[in-house]
Amino acid sequence: MTENIKTVKVRPQPKSETGKHIIIVRVQHNFGVLTRITSLFAGRGYNIESLTVGKTHEPNVARITIVVEGNERVVEQIIKQLRKLIETLRVRDITTVPHIERELALIKVHAGEEKARDEIMRLVNIFRAKVVDVSVDTYTIEITGDSEKLEAFINLLKPFGLKDIARTGVLALTRESAKEGLQEHKVE
Amino acid sequence: MPKKRGADIVIDVLLEEGVDTVFGLPGGAIMEVYDALFDAPLRNILARHEQAAAHMADGYARATGRVGVVMATSGPGATNLVTGLATAHMDSVPLVAITGQVPRNYIGTDAFQEADVVGITRPITKHNFLVTDIKDLALILREAFYIARTGRPGPVLVDIPKDITQQEYNYKMPTEKDVQDALPGYKPHYEGNPIQIKKAAELIRKAKRPVLYVGGGVIIGNASEELRELAELTRIPVTTTNMGKGAFDENHPLALHMLGMHGTYYANMAVYHSDLLIAVGARFDDRVTGKIDEFAPEAKIIHIDIDPASISKNIHVDVPIVGDVKNVLQKLLKELKKKPVEWVKARESWLKQIEKWKEKHPLTYQKSDKIIKPQYVIEEIYNITKGEAIISAGVGQHQMWAAMFYKYKYPRQFLNSGGLGTMGYGFPAAVGAKLGRPDKTVFAIEGDGSFVMNMQDVITAVQYRLPIKIAIINNEFLGMVRQWQQLFYDSRYSSVCLAVHPDFVKLAEAMGAVGLRATKPSEVREVLQKAMEINDRPVIMDFVVDREENVLPMVPAGKSYREMIVSPKQKGEAETMYLVG
Ligand SMILES: Cc1ncc(C[n+]2csc(CCOP(=O)(O)OP(=O)(O)O)c2C)c(N)n1
Ligand SMILES: [Mg+2]
Repeated sequence: MTENIKTVKVRPQPKSETGKHIIIVRVQHNFGVLTRITSLFAGRGYNIESLTVGKTHEPNVARITIVVEGNERVVEQIIKQLRKLIETLRVRDITTVPHIERELALIKVHAGEEKARDEIMRLVNIFRAKVVDVSVDTYTIEITGDSEKLEAFINLLKPFGLKDIARTGVLALTRESAKEGLQEHKVE
Repeated sequence: MPKKRGADIVIDVLLEEGVDTVFGLPGGAIMEVYDALFDAPLRNILARHEQAAAHMADGYARATGRVGVVMATSGPGATNLVTGLATAHMDSVPLVAITGQVPRNYIGTDAFQEADVVGITRPITKHNFLVTDIKDLALILREAFYIARTGRPGPVLVDIPKDITQQEYNYKMPTEKDVQDALPGYKPHYEGNPIQIKKAAELIRKAKRPVLYVGGGVIIGNASEELRELAELTRIPVTTTNMGKGAFDENHPLALHMLGMHGTYYANMAVYHSDLLIAVGARFDDRVTGKIDEFAPEAKIIHIDIDPASISKNIHVDVPIVGDVKNVLQKLLKELKKKPVEWVKARESWLKQIEKWKEKHPLTYQKSDKIIKPQYVIEEIYNITKGEAIISAGVGQHQMWAAMFYKYKYPRQFLNSGGLGTMGYGFPAAVGAKLGRPDKTVFAIEGDGSFVMNMQDVITAVQYRLPIKIAIINNEFLGMVRQWQQLFYDSRYSSVCLAVHPDFVKLAEAMGAVGLRATKPSEVREVLQKAMEINDRPVIMDFVVDREENVLPMVPAGKSYREMIVSPKQKGEAETMYLVG
């Protein structure tokens, strides 16, 4: 009565690497649309690294920039689920497309002693950041750049003692210059 | 155009959408709409519980292919719809749910019978709306119908504050174009990519051991005819999921019947050994695949589905084709017919192998003339209805037996909660089906556990004189859970014994239905015959069956098809099961 399937065969599974993805979603700007998007992530246990929303030049269209960490399979699923939402107009994963990426951070750092103040000012200059508020023992610094630059800056400030940080999350636009085949040039 | 109440606009849209039946139960926040319903040319079915109303609308939709409509009041009325909406969502059933909400100026104040219904139902609907302005009311309702029935269908909920239903407004009926303009991102119509279709045709030509794996998408997409033509042209055997039952005539020689956890031995063997699996309107759900990396280990996979998100979700697919299944199958047929069909002959040895598997383990059970075997009841229902009835099932062992031992031959014939597995679905869905298809005999094959979850609505069937045949497969157990406890928990029967039941015959009589009972195999036929003669009210048949019968074959959850349990345990044998492999 026993049927023997002797060898165990296994389906080859595609390999997938984990990485950071930047996904741009254009949506109809109805109320509740953001909840739809965030609950889509929450309900599936996907973690959002950052999410920013803003109006666009088109009426009733909002643009959402989502940064997620996940393997190809998960990200593909996220994109398909985002596309499936009725109010979604367009979804693009621009991770591998030439793009400009910016984030703004406000950083409150301890700066009581003379030496610390000098050192911090030096870093601020190197990173082209800006001190926007000064108190007896803190500096509040504004910095923009891609996430890597921000991370590097924040790491260098850590030894001084961070008091608070507010980050906007990543904003991104694809590079028109790259699209036109022009030589890529950075405009800082 | 004269001004109209919001409530009257609701009715206007229902009529514009061709709705003939609505299911529901009124309450404070939706009273205005019920007032408008009072003299509307619509059949208004008063259910006794909103969950049942939702399942009725679902059964109506599944049996007819049209959008089912359900209404409920705010708060508890709407929350009672939740299970029904989730059930419809999982099985892609087109529903429009209209709920009353507290007046706008009370929203967010914890007002009497206020609940965030849009929030609660967001993940279990295809889309939902809260109407905030009467100007949008007609358009939103029309959008709801459009979204519900197009693409991969699903339930859509529209929450309407009471003051909007009372407000008057000078409106114009939005056109189909207005609806589409309002939904610029929603493009539900897909045509399959011709390059992918060509690739699929090539794979089909080359395959030596192909299998068609068919899901509910073929039924929803009205593609049964195309499927039959494809199977016959290419001589490819067809296995269906639970949801795909009826998409392919199960009496057809190429039919392998159901695959998966409670699939037939031959279907699962064929899939396991296949070198090409053509999935049509199916979604590789875990109850089908078992252990995913040992599912059809040697097969290339073609996956045709309207929902891009279903493709490569659970399994890697070699040739994905996103599109309306009917359209894709038509094009695939055209492509295949371009070249002579000589290659089909190579299939004969594969079909012979499948015949051998069919002979080795046909779908069967141990018969008895002393005790009623549940499978026997299903076979007798099949015989007395000549295989023509619409069957609606609850969830559990009886559901699987209803799937296995009734041979379905046409689409929309078998209704059950395949995705969510909702006990309490079967009988109310039968009510909806009977209202949608009065020409058909409708059987609800129910478990004793499942039936009592919504039996209050027998009253509804009595009120509307619906001759629904309710067959309770009464094993005095939550049988499916008991089976798992027996197999995987050392027979520790925790909370599964339904030792106390009402007397179902008396219960039927008390509710104005007819009650019948069979306790011996010899009585089964007689009871069914009597039931078939009744045509003005529901009949409850209490079939007292073998209590510990198991559903077999079975692939234990998460296991590979290699570990299929094929035969029931024999007395005196040490271990319980015959494993394959
Ligand atoms: C609403 C709900 N609750 C619990 C379950 C879990 N469950 C699955 S099958 C089953 C037993 C069903 O019993 P019955 O209706 O008598 O059917 P049988 O298996 O005995 O044929 C249960 C409790 C479910 N599917 N749905
Ligand atoms: Mg039972």
